[in-house]
Amino acid sequence: MASNINQDCLYSQSHEWVRVEGDTAYAGITDYAQSQLSDIVYVELPEVGTTYAQGDNFAVVESVKAASDCYLSLSGEIIEVNEALESEPELVNSDPYGKGWFVRLAIADASEIEGLMSPSDYAEFVAKAEEEGGH
Amino acid sequence: MSEPIIYELGAAGRRGAALPALDVPTAALPDEESLRNELPLPEVSEVDVMRHYVRLSQLNYGVDIGMYPLGSCTMKYNPKMNEDAARLAGFSHVHPYQPAETVQGSLALMYGLQEALKAISGFCGVSLQPAAGAHGEFTGILMIRAYHLARGDAHRDIVLIPDSAHGTNPATTSMAGLTMVELKSDGRGNVDLDDLKAHLSNRTAGMMLTNPNTLGLFDEHVLEISELVHQAGGLMYGDGANLNAIMGIAKPAELGFDVMHYNLHKTFSTPHGGGGPGSGPVGASEALVDFVPGPVAVRADAEGPYSLVMPSQSIGRVKAFYGHFGVIVRAYAYICMLGAEGLRQASEIAVLNANYLQSILKEVLPLPYDRTCMHEFVLRGQIEGAPDVHALDISKRLIDYGVHPPTNYFPLIVPEALMIEPTETESKRSLDHFAQAMVGIVQEARTAPELLHEAPHHAPIRRLDEVRAARQLVLRWQPNAQD
Repeated sequence: MASNINQDCLYSQSHEWVRVEGDTAYAGITDYAQSQLSDIVYVELPEVGTTYAQGDNFAVVESVKAASDCYLSLSGEIIEVNEALESEPELVNSDPYGKGWFVRLAIADASEIEGLMSPSDYAEFVAKAEEEGGH
Repeated sequence: MSEPIIYELGAAGRRGAALPALDVPTAALPDEESLRNELPLPEVSEVDVMRHYVRLSQLNYGVDIGMYPLGSCTMKYNPKMNEDAARLAGFSHVHPYQPAETVQGSLALMYGLQEALKAISGFCGVSLQPAAGAHGEFTGILMIRAYHLARGDAHRDIVLIPDSAHGTNPATTSMAGLTMVELKSDGRGNVDLDDLKAHLSNRTAGMMLTNPNTLGLFDEHVLEISELVHQAGGLMYGDGANLNAIMGIAKPAELGFDVMHYNLHKTFSTPHGGGGPGSGPVGASEALVDFVPGPVAVRADAEGPYSLVMPSQSIGRVKAFYGHFGVIVRAYAYICMLGAEGLRQASEIAVLNANYLQSILKEVLPLPYDRTCMHEFVLRGQIEGAPDVHALDISKRLIDYGVHPPTNYFPLIVPEALMIEPTETESKRSLDHFAQAMVGIVQEARTAPELLHEAPHHAPIRRLDEVRAARQLVLRWQPNAQD
């Protein structure tokens, strides 16, 4: 089953997306990630005000199968978290790029953006993962 | 399910026992306001209780009913001789506060088990304190931390853990206040040596390795791994969950491990799961032997009395009294019954049984790491021609065939994992029954997938809604709760 890839986002190899808006960015996990995890039952989000370096573990998603770490694609300070996920973790399954966003951050180092994957690069990356990994 | 919970069986005023008439003077209750009266205890008769629990026991599935191939759990049969031993009055009627000279038999048994576990593993010392496997892990990592602190190496705070590890390994590291770094596996299911080398540094406190690992594969580079970690100043933690594959064949201490826990409730046939409790003794190399938790049983010489001592640099007690003593008795009974030859044979047959099943089942399901396995192996629950069937559906359908499902969705590095461990206690006949069930289910998946999606059909409870159970937690029964 082909995964949905949002054209406005940039991607990481660990299947997180960021959507840059000026000095800030929204971040979450991709459609491919949510489909691999299956039904998500809990999302552990960071506190507003926490600062992370690129690649830091900033959230944990739990499905009925497993708990998985999520990594932040850009360094920065968390300025907002998606509180709706507390009561409706299934938003990550139904709308991973929209209502299922995780956090909004203040970008600390804009030069990191260049290193992220474009939608077309990520599409290729996922196609390869799907070929190796199964479905 | 047809059986209500015990609260629903009761009726106000029903009693299980008739108390004799009061023959002592009455006294007023102290301060009635502070007494609790809201406890809604079930009010039931003796026969209500008896029938309720007997019916529940009949709904249960256990290793006394059939095969239980739950990978990495080593659900071997628990010989009933163990139960006889644990019920001997000399063991079951002693009190932990009795003076040592009045419990020499119990101390002799503790000493005997420590010595047997040392002989099996090659370690210098053993403590029977930890109450279960994860507790043994936690104990071992605390010992490694104490070792580094005693040497003034407080900066050693990183524990390396392969991506095939049990989830308890990272949890243990975190609970001990250390930081975990994950290592990749290579194409043969071993630890990726380049990744290991890249992560070793003067911050390395140690590495946690399960060998054979959770893919059921013996890490072919274990000696090199131990050497690299030791050269970097770290210590090796052995997760002993899979010891059942190597008893009498390889000694963990000789593979370079400095500390390892034993799961008495897996490898040494004591009850497991709901029948527990578990027991997770730790064995230690020369570097760590003085750090083991105490007290441990010692004997001055071959004729002298037994006593209990706290090792010189011990991390202290990790459990009240002397560990799970009743479990310790059962494990010692098992070891004495089998002897050294018997334990080796148990491992050999466990490995043979797993390879027999693997050779049949790899013809019908993908085997991602196609090597001779140890005591367990991991298949992928993906069936060509049945794209909507998942490992979970195969597991649920197995219940209809009267077999407990294998571990599924673990290890995490294998998508749709089915982790199968038959143990040495299954005969060829029961292995064939399991294999036939699996082969039949794979065929059903292609011809009638709904049979799998809706399974189990013949169990006391049909398919549970795991997602709803996780999202809408109901943690306590309440008398007037609506559905």
